[in-house]
Amino acid sequence: MGTPLLEPVNIGFAELHIATLMPMLIAIGGGLLILVLDLMKDKLDKSLYVMFTILILLVDLGSVLGLEYQNGFFDVLLIDGLAILAQVTILVGSMLFIPLALTSKRFHEYSYPEFFALFLFMVAGFQFMVSSDNLILIFVGLETASLSLYTLIALHNRANSFEASVKYFTMGALSAGFFAMGSAVLYGLSGSLELNQISVALQSRMDEAGVMFLILGGASMLLVAFAFKLSLFPFHTWAPDVYEGASSPLAGFMSVVPKLAAFVVSMRIFEMFIALNIDGVQEIILCLSVVTMTIANIMALVQEDVKRMLAYSSISHAGFVMAAVALATVKANSSIFLYYGLFMFTNLGAFTMLWVSRHKDTVHHTRFDHPYEKFAGMIKIMPVGAVVMALFMLSLAGVPPFSVFWGKIYIMSASVDSGYLWLAVVMGLNSAISAYYYLKLIVYMFLKEPTDMVTKEITYYNVSKPLLTILGLAVFVTVGSMFYVDPLLETITEMIKQSGIGFN
Amino acid sequence: MTHILSILIFFPALAGVLGFVVDKRSAKAYGIAVASVEFVLSLWLWVGFDNVNAGMQFTEFSPIISQFGISYNLGVDGISLFIVIMATLITLLGIISLRDDTPNMKNMIISLLFLEMTMVGVFVALDAIIFYLFWELSLVPMLYIIGAWGGPTRVYAAVKFFLYTFAGSLIMLVGLLAMAYLYHLDNGVWTFNILDWYQLHLTTDQQFWLFLAFFAGFAIKVPMFPFHTWLPHAHGQAPTIGSVILAAVLLKMGTYGFVRFSLPILPDASVYFTPFMMVLSIIMVVFTAMVAFAQKDMKQVIAYSSVSHMGVIMLGVFAMNAEGLGGSVFLMLSHGIVSGALFMLVGVIYERTGTKIMSEFGGLAAVMPVYATVFGVMLMASVGLPLTIGFVGEFLVLLGFYKVSVIGTIIAGSTIIIGSVYMLALFKKSFFGPVTHKKNLSLKDLDGRELTALLPLVAIVVWLGIYPKPVLDPIDNSVKALLVQMEEHAELQTTKDAIIISKKEAE
Repeated sequence: MGTPLLEPVNIGFAELHIATLMPMLIAIGGGLLILVLDLMKDKLDKSLYVMFTILILLVDLGSVLGLEYQNGFFDVLLIDGLAILAQVTILVGSMLFIPLALTSKRFHEYSYPEFFALFLFMVAGFQFMVSSDNLILIFVGLETASLSLYTLIALHNRANSFEASVKYFTMGALSAGFFAMGSAVLYGLSGSLELNQISVALQSRMDEAGVMFLILGGASMLLVAFAFKLSLFPFHTWAPDVYEGASSPLAGFMSVVPKLAAFVVSMRIFEMFIALNIDGVQEIILCLSVVTMTIANIMALVQEDVKRMLAYSSISHAGFVMAAVALATVKANSSIFLYYGLFMFTNLGAFTMLWVSRHKDTVHHTRFDHPYEKFAGMIKIMPVGAVVMALFMLSLAGVPPFSVFWGKIYIMSASVDSGYLWLAVVMGLNSAISAYYYLKLIVYMFLKEPTDMVTKEITYYNVSKPLLTILGLAVFVTVGSMFYVDPLLETITEMIKQSGIGFN
Repeated sequence: MTHILSILIFFPALAGVLGFVVDKRSAKAYGIAVASVEFVLSLWLWVGFDNVNAGMQFTEFSPIISQFGISYNLGVDGISLFIVIMATLITLLGIISLRDDTPNMKNMIISLLFLEMTMVGVFVALDAIIFYLFWELSLVPMLYIIGAWGGPTRVYAAVKFFLYTFAGSLIMLVGLLAMAYLYHLDNGVWTFNILDWYQLHLTTDQQFWLFLAFFAGFAIKVPMFPFHTWLPHAHGQAPTIGSVILAAVLLKMGTYGFVRFSLPILPDASVYFTPFMMVLSIIMVVFTAMVAFAQKDMKQVIAYSSVSHMGVIMLGVFAMNAEGLGGSVFLMLSHGIVSGALFMLVGVIYERTGTKIMSEFGGLAAVMPVYATVFGVMLMASVGLPLTIGFVGEFLVLLGFYKVSVIGTIIAGSTIIIGSVYMLALFKKSFFGPVTHKKNLSLKDLDGRELTALLPLVAIVVWLGIYPKPVLDPIDNSVKALLVQMEEHAELQTTKDAIIISKKEAE
């Protein structure tokens, strides 16, 4: 049945298309270089590593932009529009994140060069994940990235960071198990690990007795695996704790880049099932997405800590976007990238604002780092900061003309096009619910009197020029979205069409 | 001036941004200066407006997201022209009426200028997404105005206001997206241009659902009867300037939405829903008038009476004839001016005494004769006394509605009586009789600042009450064009019959 996993191959170097592998090699090589640098000379300042990492990422980005659409490296790498788009988004997100290490106060984790090396390995892992349709390579990429990420979280070096890291690790291990089992079922059915060959094999065997049951079983296991990674209900419970334990910028990063990578793989896998007309897959994903956005929204309403609120809000946004995977049209797939591309800047900006106000000691609350009270009357203490944070909140709530609004209407429009009017209404109502908790922060900042604890020194504690630069960039992208959404959308749609994923 | 509409929208916004630099103590003067320029610009719009042309004028177009059919598309016709002028006028007078010792004056001025941008934007937008954009954006400055300068439970009132309208308009957004999709199915291109949508033929079933989606957004904003509960809270807690703008301009967005979207795009559904809308409107008119009578707080009386009059506007909109629709557009203007003035007047007495409860007053006419006179004029206009601005619109609406339902007209007309009952009761309790509280004896009459804000409104009330023609004519033109378009566009013969104006009449 089928061909064995590894049959002897005889391929010339030119046919390897080593260029397809270059971006990841650059990231890995950069990471190793950082480690070597540290060996040769001790006590180098973090600013060097930060800038060096940015340069590596820039070179990486350059090599990604130079890629041609092709298969490469024993056919396990698949460079299509989707892969390039995802890699670019991942690299841009990473470049936004790294300068946040340059705070005015010294935070433990960034003084280790290992942090930056691990970060680059993680980026390489994500790049592997999104540019392959081979289940093994996806798995390897996923695990490389995840293992690095667990360590990055733990490096924040507080009791709840360790807790977060271990929690994330165990959950991640569980999800890896599900992924392996799901892939095994698909391999058993089709004798292949390449998604395009699996698709062909499943197509021909679908009518056999019992096969449909197996396909559904495999699909559900894979769905569980990705539900963990995407923090979909009921596998979302780790997310708020992990976000709380991680440092603010890392939490912001985690709400965007790893999820985007997981979304890309979900698109490849689940839209294959949907294209095969397998009953149930689309419905299950839709249910998951609706329940996720609703439950997370309701949970976010009752949070007392802004970071936890943002964690639940990120879960809800992920649920929102998961609906687009279920719709599986070109428009829906484009909307995923539009949404995450815009959401990335806004959400990272919001987490950066928390980072700016992060104090080394817990001064506001015995339990939380960022209780709402901390932001009370911020308009009186740091008016610009309050306005900036309010812009991010309004954008997340989907108030036009701020960036996330465009992503939101595009997804809603995609669901209207596919005939899911009820889904669009549910999304609308969920946006209305979510407006409440974003408004709550605005109310605290603008309409409440500052408490005695809130002073300029405390809220501006961690600010530095690089942080302000990133914030400025995020504000610019959030507010000026109207002027660049058109070309952005055009590029995205073109590349999605090229990759041939999704119905027209 | 080909770009006057863009200038009208973005001038106050730009001024608002620059306002951050202006010194605190000069903020009010800056606000007055900017709002005056804006008002003059809007008058200029009127001067350049071609009264004979019933279509869109001063149109501007440039694509924003071309492949999704979103474009920056503006235009003004007889229906929106005067609402824009009213919005800029009320903003100007509202800023003038601000007390000099308002806390955080600078923030107030900046919020008002941003609010002005959104108000103008909503009424001149011809692209559904641009309309939606300004519609949602208008919530933000209002939230801040209510929440920062309001009464004791201001935060609750502000958040309720925001969430209620936000939820409704998101459902409206789904309707807008569905419209664009249906247009795409029919014509193969994406567009959010309202004028293109006017040409689209929809089945009655599609119209039914789209009407409900639009209804969710507009009815909450108006606010129609079961969805009105946010308004008394908002008015009760809002500062004077907040109530003035809310009642005068923001509520008109809802009725304007019905006129601009529901009627011409969904003619069959509009006719189908007419009985439903009428019942809701009549309940709204009668019920809130009764509630108004039961209030002890002067501001709540005005607030409920304002809701009651919005019901009359809704009746006119769904009368489906030139008199009713034209009358209701005119009534939007008069309601804006009269209720704006009444809220300012309540603000005046509240500033002096710190209370709005009617039983605390009495005999004010003797102490504050000028105030009592201005109040009297506005009150007469509010109940629709002939020769005031309130009469013209109300009369036209009832005349138009008479052709639709005689009994409905009698019930709705009876509110003029209930209206005069509660308004005169308010006037009697507060202004006549002996001065019951000694402290009221020393109240000062209107000062120069308040007179500057109020006298222009009094002048307009009398002027348009006696000679409404210059305003009514352009409104009438555009309204007739809209009805003709509706009739041509309707799918069903019953709809065509229900729309009473015929082509000949229009020509």
